[in-house]
Amino acid sequence: MNTPKTLYDKVFDAHVVEPETVERPAVLYIDLHLVHEVTSPQAFSSLEALGRKVRRPDRTVATMDHSTPTLPAGPDGERPYATADAKNQVRQLERNCAEHGIRLYGWDSPERGIVHVIGPELGVTQPGMTVVCGDSHTATHGAFGALAFGIGTSEVGHVLATQTLLQRKAKAVRITVDGKLSKGVSAKDMVLAIIAELGFGGGTGAVLEYAGEAIRALDMEGRMTVCNMSIEAGARAGMIAPDAVTLDWLRGRQEAPKGAEFDKAAERWLALASDPGATFAREIRLDASKIAPMATWGTTPDAAIAIDAPVPAAQTAAARKSLAYMEVEAGKPLAGQPVDVVFIGSCTNGRLGDLRSAAEVFRGRKVAPGVRVLVAPGSEQVRRDAEAEGLHKVFLAAGAEWRLAGCSMCIAMNGDQVGPGQLAVSTSNRNFEGRQGPGARTILASPASAAAAAVAGCVADPRPYLDTAA
Amino acid sequence: MEPFKVLTSRTVVLPQDNIDTDQIIPARFLTTTTKIGLGREAFYDWRYTPDGKTKDDFILNTVDADEHRVLVAGRNFGCGSSREHAPWALTDFGFHAVVSTEIADIFTSNALKNGLLPVVVDEETHARLLEHPGEQVTIDLQANELRMGNHVVRFTVEPFSRECMLEGVDTLGWLIARVPTIEAFEREHAA
Ligand code: SF4
Repeated sequence: MNTPKTLYDKVFDAHVVEPETVERPAVLYIDLHLVHEVTSPQAFSSLEALGRKVRRPDRTVATMDHSTPTLPAGPDGERPYATADAKNQVRQLERNCAEHGIRLYGWDSPERGIVHVIGPELGVTQPGMTVVCGDSHTATHGAFGALAFGIGTSEVGHVLATQTLLQRKAKAVRITVDGKLSKGVSAKDMVLAIIAELGFGGGTGAVLEYAGEAIRALDMEGRMTVCNMSIEAGARAGMIAPDAVTLDWLRGRQEAPKGAEFDKAAERWLALASDPGATFAREIRLDASKIAPMATWGTTPDAAIAIDAPVPAAQTAAARKSLAYMEVEAGKPLAGQPVDVVFIGSCTNGRLGDLRSAAEVFRGRKVAPGVRVLVAPGSEQVRRDAEAEGLHKVFLAAGAEWRLAGCSMCIAMNGDQVGPGQLAVSTSNRNFEGRQGPGARTILASPASAAAAAVAGCVADPRPYLDTAA
Repeated sequence: MEPFKVLTSRTVVLPQDNIDTDQIIPARFLTTTTKIGLGREAFYDWRYTPDGKTKDDFILNTVDADEHRVLVAGRNFGCGSSREHAPWALTDFGFHAVVSTEIADIFTSNALKNGLLPVVVDEETHARLLEHPGEQVTIDLQANELRMGNHVVRFTVEPFSRECMLEGVDTLGWLIARVPTIEAFEREHAA
């Protein structure tokens, strides 16, 4: 009898080129390397300084998303970059990819989009793979049972040069969510509740495996939303075992195996699930039926509470600083707090299902006066799909802006910003001070909650809007 | 990378917990394509007012960076993004070590590759460091010790990264030397 293994063990162990010792981490093989414009230029430079080429351009996929404008090119064909540096950074990516023979989903590609949205969309992300990217939200791809994690630019260079990384095994932690989510409560609310439970930094040194009835009941988009935010608890990665839902998503995707090859792969993928009796460093259980629509009151993603619950009194200096920055009052609920901006998009909540859920609230309603609403689809494919359903018309009729795909206001590098002191309800993943622009205040919430805030003009429970729309 | 053996310097204390990478270097400065000069933008929104004026009372605007190479920070330092611009900004500013009770995973990995030593200490040592800003400390990587007056604590650093820091060598060269083994792995695993 072999020792029972976790999903993480199985994927990690299958990629060990040289085993870990006391003195040295393992050399871990990387199946898929995703590249974007922000964290790669210095890695290509260091490669070139050594006179080396990218070792496996066939295992490298690039796109542009962070510094890219979400407004279309002007009549002169010029794209409205925020700065000359932003434009230069995108140009440099184009040059580096051309030079090294890397597939780039660039401006002229109908598949361009946020790196963590297009990987799964194209089917390049597959179960059992090791996937890395110079981006902390790489954990998104773990929804497929891949071991996916963010790396720094030096490591981007390591992977470009060798297709490997030095890695020590992390501890596996299982988060089981039992029961069923109530109507109007989404995967975003679930992951905010999980992070609130774990604490910011509570996942440091760990790879999280999400399991249980409520996780199984999520579609792939919801699973991606959950895995995406693993890093907000400090975890290296988040993973979900592949099942029929995973296979259904992958079947027929551009880069997924076809026909008999697919069936063979599917058998392998389904065997990745943690063995019965596999041990975890820690087990955490949550009850999905107790989760309400969530929102954050502070400047760390774990500061999440039910939208209608009172903001907790500050117990620490950090919490006091958070409350002061956010200008919210302890003891009062977030619901009712007037908002200036609503952002719907990002690698957390920029997929078709997210836009549908926001549109359900917007349909037949108007954005409250004085509120700016920006909707940025996660990819050009998502944009086309949404337009085919007429969702863009719903957003536009409500008074929201409908943009091109990109990170947009999630990181505010491309000119899409929340103004100083303004309060935003955002479907993105980070509420750090100034994340959405200098002095900007961010409340994280689900797409339905964000849309409800847009319509109400203040933080609002989305459920009444969903009920009347139904 | 310069070898890191023993560092004796004064501390700068930023006591806040959860100092994230967006504070260390705001995202709008990430459009650079080099590693150079990011010290100017380190903690930008803490150092400058929205209209670009220097905040004279903020610690990083008052110290001589050459004499203050050790940053002591609150719990969970470096959380958030994987941007290596964070350690680039800190080293360019002048820091050679960061001390906290908890330092984020990816930040730790990035720091070690850039000659910035992440030092994790116990609560008690941390409290003493927080209480004595500007104190002279010695961080001895050879002995795995942090010394502050008579107070001596041991810390651990991942052994391979420690070796690379002590020698001032880059891990990339080591991995490149593994390419034949990597090729063998690929042959074996090609279906
Ligand atoms: S959408 Fe936001 S979190 Fe996601 S990759 Fe872009 S900047 Fe990072």
